[in-house]
Amino acid sequence: MLELTPKTITERSALRVNPCKSCQPVGALYAALGVRRCMPHSHGSQGCVSYHRTFLTRHFKEPAIAASSSFTEGASVFGGGANLRAAVKNIFDIYDPDIIAVHTTCLSETIGDDLNAYILDMDIPDDKIVVHANTPSYVGSHITGYAGMLSGFIRYLADRRASPNGKTAVFPGFVNPGDIREIKRILHLLGLPVIVFPDQSGVMDAPMSNTYRMYPEGGTSIDDIRSLGGCGRALALGNFACGQPAGDLEEKCKVAYKCLPLPIGMEATDSFVTEAAGSGGVPQELEDERGRLLDLMLDANPYFYNKTLAIFGDPDTVVGLTAFSLELGMRPRYIITGTPGDAFVRQTEALLDKYDVTDAVVKAAADLFELHQWIKNGPVDLLLGTSYGKQIAKAEDIPLVRAGFPVLDRYGHSYMPIVGYQGAMRLAEMMANALMDRYDRDCADEDMDIVM
Amino acid sequence: MDVKSEILTRYNAKVFKNRKDHILRIDGASDGAQEIAANTRAIPGIMTNRGCCYAGCKGVVVGPIRDAVTITHGPIGCGFYSWGTRRNKARPGPDGKNFIQYCFSTDMQEPDIVFGGDKKLRQAIKEAVEIFQPRTIFICSTCPVGLIGDDIHAVAAEAEKLYGITCVSFSCEGYKGVSQSGGHHIANNGLMKRVIGSSDTPPATKYSVNLLGEYNIGGDGWEVERVLKRIGYEVVSVFTGNGSVEQISRAHLANLNLVQCHRSINYVAEMMKTAYGVDWLKVNFIGVGAICASLRAIAEYFGDEELKGRTEQVIAEETAEIAEDMAFFRDRLTGKTAALFVGGSRAHHYQALLGDLGVRTVLAGYEFAHRDDYEGRDIIPAIKEDADSKNIEQLVPEKDPKRYRAFLSPERYDELRRAIDLEAYRGMMRDMPDGSWVVDDLNHFETEEFTRFLRPDIFFSGIKDKYVLQKGGTLSRQLHSYDYSGPYAGFKGAVIFGRDLVMGLYAPAWNMVTPPWKKGKTEGKSNA
Repeated sequence: MLELTPKTITERSALRVNPCKSCQPVGALYAALGVRRCMPHSHGSQGCVSYHRTFLTRHFKEPAIAASSSFTEGASVFGGGANLRAAVKNIFDIYDPDIIAVHTTCLSETIGDDLNAYILDMDIPDDKIVVHANTPSYVGSHITGYAGMLSGFIRYLADRRASPNGKTAVFPGFVNPGDIREIKRILHLLGLPVIVFPDQSGVMDAPMSNTYRMYPEGGTSIDDIRSLGGCGRALALGNFACGQPAGDLEEKCKVAYKCLPLPIGMEATDSFVTEAAGSGGVPQELEDERGRLLDLMLDANPYFYNKTLAIFGDPDTVVGLTAFSLELGMRPRYIITGTPGDAFVRQTEALLDKYDVTDAVVKAAADLFELHQWIKNGPVDLLLGTSYGKQIAKAEDIPLVRAGFPVLDRYGHSYMPIVGYQGAMRLAEMMANALMDRYDRDCADEDMDIVM
Repeated sequence: MDVKSEILTRYNAKVFKNRKDHILRIDGASDGAQEIAANTRAIPGIMTNRGCCYAGCKGVVVGPIRDAVTITHGPIGCGFYSWGTRRNKARPGPDGKNFIQYCFSTDMQEPDIVFGGDKKLRQAIKEAVEIFQPRTIFICSTCPVGLIGDDIHAVAAEAEKLYGITCVSFSCEGYKGVSQSGGHHIANNGLMKRVIGSSDTPPATKYSVNLLGEYNIGGDGWEVERVLKRIGYEVVSVFTGNGSVEQISRAHLANLNLVQCHRSINYVAEMMKTAYGVDWLKVNFIGVGAICASLRAIAEYFGDEELKGRTEQVIAEETAEIAEDMAFFRDRLTGKTAALFVGGSRAHHYQALLGDLGVRTVLAGYEFAHRDDYEGRDIIPAIKEDADSKNIEQLVPEKDPKRYRAFLSPERYDELRRAIDLEAYRGMMRDMPDGSWVVDDLNHFETEEFTRFLRPDIFFSGIKDKYVLQKGGTLSRQLHSYDYSGPYAGFKGAVIFGRDLVMGLYAPAWNMVTPPWKKGKTEGKSNA
């Protein structure tokens, strides 16, 4: 496995090898699936959306609907306006969504298609909506595209004249439906009236009921997106995925927001709960959950202590996983994301400083080839990240715990949270199991303990 | 109203006008003369399963070649999605090079789009050469590259001089053509121009063949090679599953081309015939009956009695070995019905295997096929070329004066043309029973509707449809990735396929679809 990866590291400035990110449109597509009765639409060649639907389906094991402008060479030369008009008509005629969320691609961005003008000029049925976001693939990553699409919805829909509703707007971040369920459950326990936007739970984990429904029950409703403008405040969980849309909501509708880290691990969940509860207090049920997590962290501490690990994936997720591994007493050695952005390095280094970890390598806009080379030069005990880490895991014989996006080679993960106290317990269990299984596998027979 | 009218009536006028010619019902009385529209533009807004030109070139044909570094020139997505996701298996060859596990991209950023990306491509090649020392680099373009006018061909030529490597560039921007199909053609052209014929190491034996259009998904190619080798054939090269530049460069020296996936590779077969005189034979290694027929035709081509005897012996042994398993699965599958919607060949090939298992095909369609894949190659002269196909280069190679050679005498060639359908493909529709449906570029809406009307027990399609169908209570198996199983080709593959169908249809969970408190009220459809 990966035998051609040399140990000697050479400087690369142009060749990306084994990336740790994807492109903006797939993130935009996922964001749009978190809106009720929404058809995501990719304004480009149909190959883009084919890849994106495939990719999301492989991660969630669920249908991922989206349409395409199906550019041909002609459209690429003369502009995609006619294609988009035809697409919008056909989508409303055949698939009958309430809203179409258009995102652009490198193709339509390179030729300079003006989506604002196209949509203004278009015949849209009275009760239907078309929104858009500019998501060129050559900028940022899928996380940037996710944030951009949310901003698109806010720009078009959030109503600055919406009457105050006393609710808190919550941006749950680029996470799985299972995480969104957990975030909603916590908010429910806190008794906090909220609008969660977007909300892929119920859509990307719709139950098997013997009837396929193109638009399942879940998703943030269009009315709720409009009402975001009437919220008293907003909480953005993860600044890479949610900072921009929360900022846009504040700018447009004067809804003050606070950006918090994704609630992965103890402290990040504490600050989410504290912030969400405000003066309202935290119910005993939630405090008990916290206590159980704490219990587990202390119980299993010997198996985590000073274990080294590499963490890779999307920036907000990786920051959260780094924080939790530090809380467990582990020593992160390599921490990377493929998404560009200095904020990732700043946030991660602040965490490392807090725990006096001085020898970790932190890098944004990095790739898995680079990570593998570092590991060849200085191994770790555990890999924590996406399915693409399995190659390194096999090559270097290091256990891998899958968390984040994408996980293409396991089932059930998208239903289960890694956020909140319960999500942290799940993570801790997966990580401890991986380390302890490895110990059992490698130890001498006489060292094998039935009780650990 | 019949099913077709029921479905079409839901479309607006424009879509109706387009789609009506892509859907037909097999009329046995027409003797294969029915015409279907295919290889036309997808309709904007209609959820098609099709991919793009890049997917056909890099993803399908070029990507599986194991000993070349294939650099995707473009933003990161295209390279990322086509990395390790198609199950085209490969093992390192004698040179130890296997780049299949790697994804190489120039990861173009905004300044590259504004100021041109050729500088970055040049640097990426330099870095690839320094780190990986490949003998061959392929460059595959994505949409923006063609639009901003990066001259990848000049960069490739320069790299060849600088580093003494082979560097082949493919202008397979996603917007070209109407589907993956254009990309196959571009890849075929590139291999023909630059790789095939670039080495003259001859095969060791007379019974030398190339395996064309076999991508070794789930190890299919290895099972096919196993059987061919048992009989005594020498597989010179495979296009392109577990294939290598080293093999493909000497493909022109084989005596016969075996064409498995007609759609994606027929251009190479045709061009090798023109340039080097290599005959080709359409084969099908999916389905026990089909494999036996293909093996007999290959033996007939070479005409050697001992080879024919050996063929019969291997067929007898292989079929005997799987007979019990096949009977077991056939017993559980007989009477079931299937719908097939796959790329450009499998929808045809798998009807043979399903037939072996007693499963009747009620609908079949291709994602990106041309009319000849449906109607047979005889109609090629009648296909009108449109603007989209004109944009794909029609390469007609010169006859190579030194290396052109005919294996057969003209008389024998004529005889075999008739006897074994040499250099012919009769298309899918002639093999389909009266009353079954054929749908080209089947879309999401039509998939739902046809499933509702025809109620197939199994729907073979891809990942984008799989869970749509499964949520509606129909078993769906992916025929692109084999649902991470396989191989399905060859004798051993037939058994694995049978096992997978039985496993899927008789999964205990199907009996739990209706909660006990709802039983007797709204009885759900049970597959088993």
